[in-house]
Amino acid sequence: MGFATNTSHQTFDTDVKVETPESIDLHARAAGPVPRMLAYTIDALWRYLGLAIVLMLISFMGDAGIGLFLLISFLAEWFYPVLFEVFRDGQTPGKKCMDLTVVNDNLTPVTLGTSLTRNLLLAADFFPAFFVSGIICMTLTGRFQRLGDLAAGSLVVYKNTQERTLSLPECEAKPSPFPLDIEEQIAITEFTQRHQKLSAGRKQELADILQDCLPTKGEASVTFLHSIGIWLLGGQR
Amino acid sequence: MKQQQFEQRYHQDWEQLEQQLEGKSQSLDQDFPSRYRQLCHQLALAKHRRYSQYLLERLNRLVLAAHHRFYQNQLRTSSSRSPAWVEFLLWGFPQSIRANAVFVYWSMGLFLVPLFAMGIATYLNGELLYSFMPAQDVHSTEYMYDPVTNSGWREPDRDSTTDLMMFGFYIKNNIGIGFQTFAGGIFLCLGAIFFLVYNGLAIGGVAGHLTQLGYIDTFYPFVVGHGAFELTAIVFAGAAGLKLGCAIISPGQHSRVTALRLAATDAIQIVFGVFAMLLIAAFLEAFWSSSSTIGNSIKYIVGGCFWGFVIVYFVYSGRRHES
Repeated sequence: MGFATNTSHQTFDTDVKVETPESIDLHARAAGPVPRMLAYTIDALWRYLGLAIVLMLISFMGDAGIGLFLLISFLAEWFYPVLFEVFRDGQTPGKKCMDLTVVNDNLTPVTLGTSLTRNLLLAADFFPAFFVSGIICMTLTGRFQRLGDLAAGSLVVYKNTQERTLSLPECEAKPSPFPLDIEEQIAITEFTQRHQKLSAGRKQELADILQDCLPTKGEASVTFLHSIGIWLLGGQR
Repeated sequence: MKQQQFEQRYHQDWEQLEQQLEGKSQSLDQDFPSRYRQLCHQLALAKHRRYSQYLLERLNRLVLAAHHRFYQNQLRTSSSRSPAWVEFLLWGFPQSIRANAVFVYWSMGLFLVPLFAMGIATYLNGELLYSFMPAQDVHSTEYMYDPVTNSGWREPDRDSTTDLMMFGFYIKNNIGIGFQTFAGGIFLCLGAIFFLVYNGLAIGGVAGHLTQLGYIDTFYPFVVGHGAFELTAIVFAGAAGLKLGCAIISPGQHSRVTALRLAATDAIQIVFGVFAMLLIAAFLEAFWSSSSTIGNSIKYIVGGCFWGFVIVYFVYSGRRHES
């Protein structure tokens, strides 16, 4: 994933870019077959659990109960995803667990028509067994769309829920002793901002790449790079 | 401007907007559109200045949420006051059927030709149905419509709970078949053709077989009423499926994916209508066709009216509103 303007790696990228009427590019990450299959499995479990409960509740109602059960199982089979996708921001319970959401391919929320199209065509994606058609179609299309998604013009993307604040390492800001071009500046600021996600060993390893240019060695070189990063981000000396 | 200054200058705006978006209330402030535009501008600026990934992701996430909220109501605006689905049932549905007449005729042919062929064949040859259906099914069908046994829908002790059970069964079974016929069309029409031909053969076969046995007064009064909605709905579901398949086979000026998209937008309208028709059919089949207190002549007359209504509805309804 990335906001890089470089196009060479876009063939492999799952990034979906959409230009909005406000003339900016929105980014989202398309979700692949595995998380979607897991989401489907969770949904299927919920559905069968619900149907089992309904069956228990109406078992004493005789023939009318059977009718009611058939009616409910029909709705559960065809309209369970539609209901959630339209009224719950494109998320069935399974998709919510996997942090996925269904959107139109211009990244606007799904409408009833879109959701109905993609979910009725789930029957085609299932053919001949266990979603073989859907999985083949997903792997062949760049944005992991199954047949229903292609026909409806919908996408399944990750719903990002990232931490809101980011702490910077505690060291004083220092200007860089040598000139840095823009790519180098970005590399150093990213290195500084990701200090909590990287293990100490990995930080050291990354800093050692630059050991020939840095005046310090060992752990001090990591701190040295961090202070340059803080200065680049606008920290005061 | 350095990144931290940028963040300091705007972080209050962003936090306010985040809080606004988390609230589920539909009505946002009057200034939401201008806030949204400012946010878009800030994202563009941040990208241009090559601020760090972390900030870009945060802004992108916020813009995405605001974009969702901003464009959530993409419903088509209508000049009249009636809701869209009333308009759709009054004239939208017959209009879309007429607009796709080619597919409807093909679908009708694929359904009716096997139906009549099989009907005539089983009428002439009393044993032919056994080679198409398991003997058990043939026997149970015969038993259901046997005028002597008083079984099936004429069972004397059949009560309203049985009707309700059959209603559930017809909904699940028939509407499911309708949806599958539509969905199957995406495989180059093959799925839709299969379901149309198969159902034609089955329905025609049973009708011919029962006619040849002389069960006319028990079979036809039962099917005439709901048949008006059910048989036409099968044909329309097939037409919707054929439309999908044809978009892939012959996309015309568009790419295949675009053609499929456009066809599906149209076809789903038909499927909405098919759903409504099959609901009516299931209701009639469970509560009207199966009623043993209503005389056969009344069933024929009312059935005839249903057919007349369906034909007039699809041929004439909404002509005035057609552009």
